[in-house]
Amino acid sequence: MVQDKTISSRIFDFVNYTLLLIIGLVTILPFLHVIAGSFTTVTELAQKQFVLFPTVWSLDAYKYIFSTNTVFKSLGVSVGVTFFGTLFSMLLTCLMAYGLSRRDLDGRNFIMFMVLFTMLFSGGMIPTFLVVKEMGLIDSYAALIVPSAINAFNLIIMRNFFQNLPEGLEESAKIDGAGDWGILVRIVIPLSMPAIATISLFYAVTYWNTYMQAILYLNDAAKWPVQVILRQIVILASGLAADTSGMEDIVRPPEQTVKMAVIVVATLPILCVYPFLQKHFAKGALLGSIKG
Amino acid sequence: MSETAVRAGMGKGAKTKPDSGRMRRIWKNRAIYLMIVPGFLYFLIFKYIPMSGLIIAFQDYQAYLGVMDSPWVGLKHFERLFTEPMFFTILRNTLLLFFMNLLFYFPVPIILALMLNEVRREVFKRFIQTLVYIPHFMSWVIIVSISFVMLSMDRGIINELLVMAGFDKINFLMSSDWFRPMYIVQVIWREAGWGTIIYLAAMAAIDPGLYEASRIDGASRFRQMWHITLPSIRSVIVVLLILKIGDVLELGFEHIYLLLNSMNRDVAEIFDTYVYTAGLKQGQFSFSTAVGFFKSLIGLILVMLANWLAKKAGEEGIY
Repeated sequence: MVQDKTISSRIFDFVNYTLLLIIGLVTILPFLHVIAGSFTTVTELAQKQFVLFPTVWSLDAYKYIFSTNTVFKSLGVSVGVTFFGTLFSMLLTCLMAYGLSRRDLDGRNFIMFMVLFTMLFSGGMIPTFLVVKEMGLIDSYAALIVPSAINAFNLIIMRNFFQNLPEGLEESAKIDGAGDWGILVRIVIPLSMPAIATISLFYAVTYWNTYMQAILYLNDAAKWPVQVILRQIVILASGLAADTSGMEDIVRPPEQTVKMAVIVVATLPILCVYPFLQKHFAKGALLGSIKG
Repeated sequence: MSETAVRAGMGKGAKTKPDSGRMRRIWKNRAIYLMIVPGFLYFLIFKYIPMSGLIIAFQDYQAYLGVMDSPWVGLKHFERLFTEPMFFTILRNTLLLFFMNLLFYFPVPIILALMLNEVRREVFKRFIQTLVYIPHFMSWVIIVSISFVMLSMDRGIINELLVMAGFDKINFLMSSDWFRPMYIVQVIWREAGWGTIIYLAAMAAIDPGLYEASRIDGASRFRQMWHITLPSIRSVIVVLLILKIGDVLELGFEHIYLLLNSMNRDVAEIFDTYVYTAGLKQGQFSFSTAVGFFKSLIGLILVMLANWLAKKAGEEGIY
């Protein structure tokens, strides 16, 4: 494209770049502040109003939160739920998406409508709770996974991806005598690894962030994932929340540094997978499919 | 169209005996149906059975009697809802938060996408995108927790800065006045960056020739944005607006529930939080289901209305 070199255009660029830089910094500043705060001492945080760089560095907050089992255990729960949940969700999503990607399937439109309608209307919290209860899932880890196993959006993205694979490949595999399962496992899945990786990461992030499900379906505090523990320590312990169940564990309000350390622990895994997520959606691979 | 062509090609006996052709096709695809079954069961059990469970809104549901044997009470729970003094507070709160969302949040991703679209240096653009997408992947618990730590009266950085600048501390977290601004800022912080993705994709599809031509005509960068970029993404904006209106009553239960406390309940209580408290905390299953039903129904009607209006205005709509 020919560059526009007029003065007004240059001023425009300068202002635009500056504003974007400010917006970008403001977006991540809170995260950086919390990370920095978690690595200092209580007195340092109290005496100096630093935003990013403390003068005294300390691991006290981390020693404190790992001195008891609570945070450690909840991290274990979250890791387990994220791992098995992602596996389970991908299995169901890929199978159903591949089935729905087959154009010669009778009833395909009906099932697609059934899926799409759930995006516009739902039974709501209480009827869903009653179903989960009837199935005996209350207070089981499965309650964090099974009731939200398929995300309709992810399903549609996968289906569109499968649908856009060249049809000739399947045809030739059929001529070579491959069955439907053989085609799925040996041809479609290997060709779809970028999409599978992306959707897996989306599911993994959702499972790591799972909170509402735990509040609704798990009464047993020993089974809570890290997000619920984070809420207990940061929000409930401030004495500010709507209800105060489970408050007994906390003797005194934790210090700011401790709260910050728990936030960092709950955030870190996401920041670790973020570069991989970024790589995929930067390619724009997902975008076309969302619209389709 | 291609679908019918494929179908016609598939069933050989389709012309004479359409039914036997269809049956043969279904039998041939039995493996495919088997693949769909687990997902189909998921939607049936966790989406459609709860929908049918909405009938308990017309009953006095008792856990030991079950859905089948609980007594029918007609519209009793709906009548109670409309006479409940809390109802108008909740309705007002829900609608106000929705309009604030529409007014203050909805345009932000569009403006941000317009700004990003003007960036010619790819590296800089990707750097900014990387930064602004991050909060979307954080749970509401993390977003609200960070806000709490920063807004706290007890050494929160924002209040420390206010004091340094010579102002009084503000108890943001326990205040009715600050609840709505805090809610909107958090929504913008978490979602505005991610919201640009779909607009940027639409902008990438605009013919560069349009910009060339306008430049030769002497159009400034602002005029190009206004007369080329914006009109080109109009249909995308309309679709997202319809979807947003469909979400009118889905303001994010998780988010608001985390912010809710006894001091801001008068402005923060919305349908979802009310359903949760009345239903799961107090065990009024039927009444809270009626409240949820009312909410979902309004949402569905609004999205259909918005879609109809968009079609009237010559846009494509979402269905």
